[in-house]
Amino acid sequence: MAPGNQTMSNDDIILKVEHLSMKFGGLMAINDFSFEAKRGEITALIGPNGAGKTTVFNCITGFYKPTMGMITLRQKSGKEYLLERLPDHEITKTAKVARTFQNIRLFSGMTVLENLLVAQHNKLMKASGYTVLGLLGIGGYKAESKRAIEIAEHWLEMADLIDRADDPAGDLSYGAQRRLEIARAMCTEPEFLCLDEPAAGLNPSESLTLNKLLRSIRADSGTSIMLIEHDMSVVMEISDHVVVLEYGRKISDGTPDHVKNDPKVIAAYLGVEDEEVEEVIATVESLEGGENA
Amino acid sequence: MEYFVQQLVNGLTLGSIYGLVAIGYTMVYGIIGMVNFAHGDIFMLGAFAALIVFLVLSPIIGFTGVAVLVLLLAMLVVAMLMTSLWNWTIERVAYRPLRGSFRLAPLITAIGMSIFLSNFIQVAQGPRNKPIPGLVNDVYTIAGISVSLKQIVIMVVTAVLLAIFWYIVNHTPLGRAQRATEQDRKMAALLGIDVDRTISITFIMGAALAAVAGSMYLIYYGVASYNDGFVPGVKAFTAAVLGGIGSLPGAVLGGLLIGLIESLWSAYFTIAYKDVATFAILAFVLIFKPSGLLGRPEVEKV
Repeated sequence: MAPGNQTMSNDDIILKVEHLSMKFGGLMAINDFSFEAKRGEITALIGPNGAGKTTVFNCITGFYKPTMGMITLRQKSGKEYLLERLPDHEITKTAKVARTFQNIRLFSGMTVLENLLVAQHNKLMKASGYTVLGLLGIGGYKAESKRAIEIAEHWLEMADLIDRADDPAGDLSYGAQRRLEIARAMCTEPEFLCLDEPAAGLNPSESLTLNKLLRSIRADSGTSIMLIEHDMSVVMEISDHVVVLEYGRKISDGTPDHVKNDPKVIAAYLGVEDEEVEEVIATVESLEGGENA
Repeated sequence: MEYFVQQLVNGLTLGSIYGLVAIGYTMVYGIIGMVNFAHGDIFMLGAFAALIVFLVLSPIIGFTGVAVLVLLLAMLVVAMLMTSLWNWTIERVAYRPLRGSFRLAPLITAIGMSIFLSNFIQVAQGPRNKPIPGLVNDVYTIAGISVSLKQIVIMVVTAVLLAIFWYIVNHTPLGRAQRATEQDRKMAALLGIDVDRTISITFIMGAALAAVAGSMYLIYYGVASYNDGFVPGVKAFTAAVLGGIGSLPGAVLGGLLIGLIESLWSAYFTIAYKDVATFAILAFVLIFKPSGLLGRPEVEKV
């Protein structure tokens, strides 16, 4: 929680959430929540069940209109968008934010390849002259559609799904469907990718493949990633920056190591009374001393 | 035997028309889960648009020889444009504001729209049947079965349109967007698809097909009436349910079957009860196979 790291230059920040609040009736799901996500990094949002993590995602991706607050997305080009004011399809199309869900939401009746082509809908639609020219074979539709398939194949390669391109998406295994969702999100060429519990329900080996995919996305495409995750092995291993939420408030923000040792975080996860926090701090410190010795 | 084959030909012609209208029902149901009861009246509007084009153009260019071809084309194109505009407007003013409302709301507006359209035509065009002279009257007799040129035109136009339509839905970005919207509207929006526009286009496509069906109906029977939307509309809806609502090939198959049943029933039993036969099928399908012939049953994951 060092206030000193606020001084970095504006270019490094891709997403800035300021004083975000979301109220459902009488319930304050998110209360004055602010944080920043840096470009090219993997930011993890963690917290106990019901802390409001998915609500934050829903505000960022336009599912909910926040009660208060500002969500600013700053693109590489320097353009800024206020996400809370954009209609949902514009958030992907113009602001270049993509997301996945806790549950799998593939178009299960379509093939794997088609799922990735749907994600490239806008440019294909334009190239086909809103279908009319494409039907008549006029214009650049053929070339554009070939390019779209190449992009799709690239991400299938990355997600290790290239052999399954023509199978219905619903026939893939659970882990493969998760990777396909991420590949599909990447086909929208996002600058900012939001993943809601990508590792939920994966077995350890699938988890490893997922980590590999996320790392290669960060390395190759320059897309910044934000993820909600309960699997701490994933969070601690791949994220550069962790934000912790409890009862809609931010309780910690920093590197994985910083957060791991934050007494407030430990208290939130283990559930202790306020008076006991001091005790927990003491215990943690003594434990750390023991480890270091 | 000849009599039977003759009835088959008649049934297929009628079935083609029902199939074209049924596609509009099935597509709209597939994409937003509502039965657009005004679709039958859109079909009737198509017939009237074609009728008006005929009445305006035929005194100028006559209706013999090449003029017939020009007339037919003009009738089809204008009818398609007019009904598309109508259906687009209806969706925009009557259905879109109710999206996200309770399930029955759009159904009730649709019925209201249907009544509005038929009454509008009754007031604007008069309540009497509007006849047109026969445009294509050639009849060929092949092995004792007479096939009129009208019937051939209807079947060929239907087949060509279905092929185009099938191609659009399965092999173009637009079709992909439609199928994606059908499966998960919110997710489609998140992938950058303008869902509202996709739904509008679906209404336009349905209306265009209904307009073709309406023009064909006008040419086939030579008469149009303001209440023509109701019975053929409900029959096309029956066809969509029979084939499996939401399924495109199902709509066509259902349309052809309904057409065949109707003409065979009229031929072998009593013509007065042909509608009873059709709607009895609707009842049976709903009881014994609610997902229809080609529809996928809804699987609910628990």
